[in-house]
Amino acid sequence: MSFLSPPDRVDLSVKTADEVKTTTCYMCACRCGIKVHLKDGQLRYIEGNRDHPVNKGVLCAKGSAGIMQHNSPARLRKPLLRTGERGSGEFREIEWAEALDLATGWLADIRKTDPRKLAFFTGRDQSQALTGWWASAFGTPNYAAHGGFCSVNMAAAGLYTIGGSFWEFGEPDWEHARYFLMFGVAEDHASNPIKIGLGKLKGRGAKFVSVNPVRTGYSAIADEWIGVKPGTDGMLVLALVHELLKADRIDADYLVRYTNAPWLVVRAPGTAGDGLFARDDKGRPLCWDKRTNAVGDALSAEVSPALAGTYRLADGREAIPSFQLLAERYLDPAYAPEKAAEVTGVSAETIRRIAAELAEVAFSETVTLDVPWTDWAGRRHQTMVGRPVAMHAMRGISAHANGFHTCRAIHMLQTLLGTIDVPGGFRYRPPYPRPAPPAVRPAGKPGQVAPGQAMKGPPLGFTTGPEDLLVEADGTPCRIDKAFSWEAPIAAHGLMHHVIRNAWAGDPYPIDTLFMYMANMSWNSAMNVPETMAMLTDKDSSGAYRIPHIIYSDAYASEMVSYADLVLPDTTYLERWDCVSLLDRPISDADGAADAIRQPVVTPDRDVRAFQDVVLDLGVRLGLPGMVNDDGSARYPGGYSDYLVRHERAPGIGSLAGWRGADGSSDGAGAPNPDQLKRYIDNGCFWQHELAPDQRYFKHANQSYLAYAKSVGFVGSTDPIILQLYVEPMQKFRLAAQGHGPVQPPDRLRARTEKFFDPLPIWYPPFEHETADGFPLSALTQRPMAMYHSWGSQNAWLRQIHGANRIYVGRRLGEREGIADDDWIWIESRLGRVKAQVRLMDGVNDETIWTWNAIGKRSGTWGLAKDAPESQRGFLLNHLIGDVLADGAPNADPVTGQAAWYDLRVRIGKADGPPVSEPQFQSLPRPPGATEPTGLLRYGARFRGRS
Amino acid sequence: MTSLPASPGAKKLGLVIDLDICVGCHACAVNCKEWNAGGHSAPLTDLDPYGKDVDGVWFNRVHSFEAGDHDCGRTVHFPRSCLHCETPDCVTVCPTGASYKRAEDGIVLVNPDTCIGCKLCSWACPYGAREFDETDGVMKKCTLCIDRIYNETMEEVDRVPACVSTCPVSARHFGDLGDPESDVSRLVAARQGYDLMPELGYKPVNKYLPPRMPKRQAAPALMPSEEVAAKGFLAWLDRMLSR
Repeated sequence: MSFLSPPDRVDLSVKTADEVKTTTCYMCACRCGIKVHLKDGQLRYIEGNRDHPVNKGVLCAKGSAGIMQHNSPARLRKPLLRTGERGSGEFREIEWAEALDLATGWLADIRKTDPRKLAFFTGRDQSQALTGWWASAFGTPNYAAHGGFCSVNMAAAGLYTIGGSFWEFGEPDWEHARYFLMFGVAEDHASNPIKIGLGKLKGRGAKFVSVNPVRTGYSAIADEWIGVKPGTDGMLVLALVHELLKADRIDADYLVRYTNAPWLVVRAPGTAGDGLFARDDKGRPLCWDKRTNAVGDALSAEVSPALAGTYRLADGREAIPSFQLLAERYLDPAYAPEKAAEVTGVSAETIRRIAAELAEVAFSETVTLDVPWTDWAGRRHQTMVGRPVAMHAMRGISAHANGFHTCRAIHMLQTLLGTIDVPGGFRYRPPYPRPAPPAVRPAGKPGQVAPGQAMKGPPLGFTTGPEDLLVEADGTPCRIDKAFSWEAPIAAHGLMHHVIRNAWAGDPYPIDTLFMYMANMSWNSAMNVPETMAMLTDKDSSGAYRIPHIIYSDAYASEMVSYADLVLPDTTYLERWDCVSLLDRPISDADGAADAIRQPVVTPDRDVRAFQDVVLDLGVRLGLPGMVNDDGSARYPGGYSDYLVRHERAPGIGSLAGWRGADGSSDGAGAPNPDQLKRYIDNGCFWQHELAPDQRYFKHANQSYLAYAKSVGFVGSTDPIILQLYVEPMQKFRLAAQGHGPVQPPDRLRARTEKFFDPLPIWYPPFEHETADGFPLSALTQRPMAMYHSWGSQNAWLRQIHGANRIYVGRRLGEREGIADDDWIWIESRLGRVKAQVRLMDGVNDETIWTWNAIGKRSGTWGLAKDAPESQRGFLLNHLIGDVLADGAPNADPVTGQAAWYDLRVRIGKADGPPVSEPQFQSLPRPPGATEPTGLLRYGARFRGRS
Repeated sequence: MTSLPASPGAKKLGLVIDLDICVGCHACAVNCKEWNAGGHSAPLTDLDPYGKDVDGVWFNRVHSFEAGDHDCGRTVHFPRSCLHCETPDCVTVCPTGASYKRAEDGIVLVNPDTCIGCKLCSWACPYGAREFDETDGVMKKCTLCIDRIYNETMEEVDRVPACVSTCPVSARHFGDLGDPESDVSRLVAARQGYDLMPELGYKPVNKYLPPRMPKRQAAPALMPSEEVAAKGFLAWLDRMLSR
């Protein structure tokens, strides 16, 4: 018997949406444009917006799972007040009025007496332009976002060296690069642009080399994988520099035009001027002009500067071009490939070959664009010529105690090859480049903080020497996180990872209230989780909590919620106004500045409020300057969306750059436009200003670009931005350590400061590696592309992709240790041990084990069942990572204070017992009022279009 | 049992998947899930979605594995969905005619009204492309987004499967593999696209593009500069360079 199938009644033209609204994704830091399809008021489908500059229509797994994020059973529903012991998860629901009264009471007392006693730290927040301004208005220096434990090494190294950075501040020239060198795990920032770019790059036949101890993620499609030992990338890069210098394969013309390579450095050992740039009486740096055989203005276009030689200054001191110091340093055999091979595990032959490949592409495959342009000095060039070698690095470089210098080394390599903002190289994304470093200094010095007063200046910025540090006369840090102190002088993003320990210890002083937003600081955002939980709940001899008040705002029942006294429930990303501002972390690409908004596309079905609205409301209740009118009424009665439109940071400069001016005709700068948000919505919720073709490269020295950048407030002048191979501020800190100047480091930090504040990049072993006898392996995390931090596990779809993490062990290492696939093992560090299940693999460095980041959950959190695999088989390496070293010093980069997550050293051994990960912590109860998760999900059944 | 179309048309719609650039990001899998959860075969049921044994219906899954030896090996991300074979047993084994292949474009579909949930088709498919929805009691599978590709309520540019439109690296292509002049056919020819397990004889329409040979740049070895070797950093002393 045989059937001829009857035609199925397939409805080919189902109308899938009643309405399609645009907004901006928030499932990671990428901030793609999305189109949200709504049917019967429900979310039917979320897709990428084809017109959007970030993602050009594509959307990743996380963005595509936004429906499940929005509908997560872990959503908080109403303000919560703690009723049980802190950490127990026992709360009662309260009204917003009570919640805001309570918070206002605590905060008003602090502001009246000592504003420093508020520590205000935000996690995955992307409205730092608002929250930083709020902190200044409140008057506390104790503010930062999460950059200190994320990637401040990348930001600081980039901004001090090239006035830009990898990350969201720059990108490879995907259209023209012929060789692409990527360092470390980089899957979690700019993820869709990088994926789009890799597709183009490989399609064009460019070579992609990935340097990463683990062959996952993007490394999987690299033409060559270099499985370097963790934390040794810097040495690899310096050996490449050694080879290029030795072979004279550097772009000397580029160095002279665009960098401080020819600037003269004073050589006067033992004096306060040693190692600083020689300057004229106006402060302009000097060079040796070979045309006149005399000292000349290094910033003038009319000099022919020397790159080597010893010269006598007018004051009789000796000076040499900084390039000479650089060349002397890296030509030294200490940086020979053989030496680097011992450190990195990468063969000398490979290092030599990579250096040769870089040189070959840079110097024999130049890219020429027929685009005439004018340089900073007014000289016309008929073409744009570039060296098509592009590089990218992110967290894998950042999260080591040597990450600042390693990132500097990469920028030095790029610069020596002449590949910064040239066709085929690395490209700045406006508003970058900015002067290196940008001209913003942190406020919060003694005398800048006073009861009842706003702080005159932002809490975060860029120090240029000891005089910019936030320290008391005796060297005591002014900030609770000790940022911008001798502990971490260039802590450009603050040090959120030290806040809980310092607040607990009352070091340098006790605080009253810890106010946090979207930072899972009792779990995957903490180092040494068990001790952190203990500090959050610890009491003094009187029985009072050592951290008296904790206010926490989040949209979801994360592990941190249980440690709050007061919980302020946030909305999901589809329920609120938001702003992706040029004042903050922009979404520009190299061809133009861009910003974006989120608009509410659905209405909350819970008693929740957007955090940004709440912050402004608290500002009004506290009477903070800028947030209230003279009569005390709210200056932005419409809340955050009102603020977005009407707030001006400087005349004509506001949160959003598009459609400014009363009639919306101004771009970049202009008076507030009451219809601005509507104009954004009409344009797909983003704005982009495309640069003219002659402005798109050499931005640091491009007359037309710099004039534009000045007109819209990106830079303060049209002076060229000189790339700083030699970073003078580093030398200033070093000189202080040598005893010069009025601001002196404490003696215990003197030697350390002198050693690590080298004005040229250095490599040194990560601190944990040096002291980890008996712990022979590195243990790392990688970032799964389908998950973002801890958020994904509450997502019914994404948790089917990464529901429980394994510990990945190299097959050869497994054989050596007698460990087989699926075995359970102990991973042990000097702090303790974690039990996890093994997956053997080939593509991993032999001395490294790794797992996916933030998959392991605490039982009872994130709306998951108590026996969910995330808690029973998932695990965190965080429990093993010290926030301090064995000697009590921070486990951090000594320059920036960046948390050194990736320096963890462990040993492994087989584990017995039940197949459950350890440690396990007491299961947390579901917050009151929380939705009971469904046991059967048939999302979309209602949309079925068959007739 | 069920017959294949007696006179199949020339049109063979399908996917071409580029394993050279797939980074294994799962965008295709999740966007497919999202679209199809409310689409032609809605819902794509998830059992125990927040519990111990979560298990859902997915039309597209990405498998990751390693191939080759340690350092020379490669991590492969392999997206797998229905291949819309020309002569599939999953259709011919169907006892009710529910599993069928469309004559007009070759798409293999299941009619849920006549599917009895016997699972014979999933046993017959060697590619594991069929997904049983226990709650509905019917077999479901990739429809090649049949409710998108002809959908006149959508812009023409959007009339491609969700997995294709969302793929960030552009590793997925959709078109008529029955037309040798189509973009996808040319791509397959240019890149030596291949059939998955052709020896089984089902003649898959979907094609996979193999990884390209890794680039080994033939760069001449860097020779130490004689000048630098002789003078060290002073090699740069005599250069006339202008700003």
